[in-house]
Amino acid sequence: MDLSKATFLGYKRVNGRIGVRNHVIILPVDDLSNAAAEAVANNIKGTMALPHPYGRLQFGADLDLHFRTLIGTGANPNVAAVVVICIEEGWAKKVADGIAATGKPVAYFGIEQHGDHDTIMRASKKAKEFLQWASELRREERPLGDLWVSTKCGESDTTSGCGANPTVGNAFDKLYPHGATLCFGETTELTGGEHLVAARCRTDEVRKKFQFMFDRYQAVVERHKTSDLSDSQPTKGNIEGGLTTIEEKALGNIQKIGRKCLIDGVLDKAEAPTGPGLWFMDSSSAAAEMVTLVAAAGYVVHFFPTGQGNVIGNPILPVIKLCANPRTVRTMSEHIDVDVSGLLRKEMSPDQAGDALLDCMFRTANGRLTAAEALGHREFVLTRLYESA
Amino acid sequence: MIHFVVHDENDSVGVVVVEGVKAGATLTGWIMDQDKEITFKAANDIPIGHKLAIKPLAKGDTVIKYGTDIGRVVAGIGLGEHAHVHNIKTKRW
Repeated sequence: MDLSKATFLGYKRVNGRIGVRNHVIILPVDDLSNAAAEAVANNIKGTMALPHPYGRLQFGADLDLHFRTLIGTGANPNVAAVVVICIEEGWAKKVADGIAATGKPVAYFGIEQHGDHDTIMRASKKAKEFLQWASELRREERPLGDLWVSTKCGESDTTSGCGANPTVGNAFDKLYPHGATLCFGETTELTGGEHLVAARCRTDEVRKKFQFMFDRYQAVVERHKTSDLSDSQPTKGNIEGGLTTIEEKALGNIQKIGRKCLIDGVLDKAEAPTGPGLWFMDSSSAAAEMVTLVAAAGYVVHFFPTGQGNVIGNPILPVIKLCANPRTVRTMSEHIDVDVSGLLRKEMSPDQAGDALLDCMFRTANGRLTAAEALGHREFVLTRLYESA
Repeated sequence: MIHFVVHDENDSVGVVVVEGVKAGATLTGWIMDQDKEITFKAANDIPIGHKLAIKPLAKGDTVIKYGTDIGRVVAGIGLGEHAHVHNIKTKRW
């Protein structure tokens, strides 16, 4: 596929970033505000609430990550406008101010001194105004270099490592020279292949930062580990699918970063990249957590290879699923956007598989809904670093 | 028809990519990196996605896949036998 003149249709935001969706979201800062946020989204059809279980009594780095994730989610260019609701007005304002730095419309509401009814009424009026405003925004043609694409695999099996993940790698190798901003992560899931990732870092400085993030996460595993990590890494599903050890899983995982592109930088969780290229984000390997973090970092399209059939989606980030396991493609077809099982029968070349994924990426960026979007998968899962106070 | 794939010719295991492989079946394997074909007899029933040994592996040996160490053998594995959590274990964690 010749990508030198490739374009997509996106929404240009005030800060220059390009989105491929046009969501108006109702964002609760804490668990207590979920009910009001969901009531507003129910009142104003076409808006979407992002309920979650956290935000109370967090402190230090864990609270910083909470705010970074919420602000980043609102700031993502797939979001046109945001209504923020919090039990306390001060923190609603803090999140709203962070999002408002992008220049997009934001309003915030505190529940205390008002109650749910009054808050829902005032927030609904604002949400209706935002939704009607957003509905008149139009897509424009943009160069490929404006697209930010992330990847993370899930419920992997051995077919992921020889089929679906190398397909993402093939696509990443093709996108990289055209100035796309790319991201991978899953820190513990590099265990056994971390030396291969380190060798792909562009500079010693990047390598050092990667090693720091990797070692930091290994220390967490060492501190809490049980036998075989309690069937969590690899997961029961991974083992059912034939993956035996974390090393085998990691080597399959790493296929997603292709064979040519170099790692240009390292990000902390939910941190936004500062330029094009391939970025590593320190992150959990749990699907919804990782995808939520890259959405908060500003990525607008996601490649999600699966083997045994992970069904994850995200509220604001379209998640494209690809699969090389013929049994999964047959039994879970409604979840799979790109079938690359032909790779393992030698009926499809790695180049053809990569092109099929890129074709789906352009169609998705231009507005086609992914399987996860059509099925209503909106997993919004915040990463916690430790206990609340 | 391809029944199993191998990443690299130095690997000790291949991955079954078709459903319903039974003990005694003759399997055609594709070595992807070198684009070669090999033939093996399955010693056990092997589910899709699971591995078979294409090199004899003794207890304590290192298992190679993707040309890289993926763990250690904890119970000997004969040619064509099912290689998984019952006979391979991580060297980490």
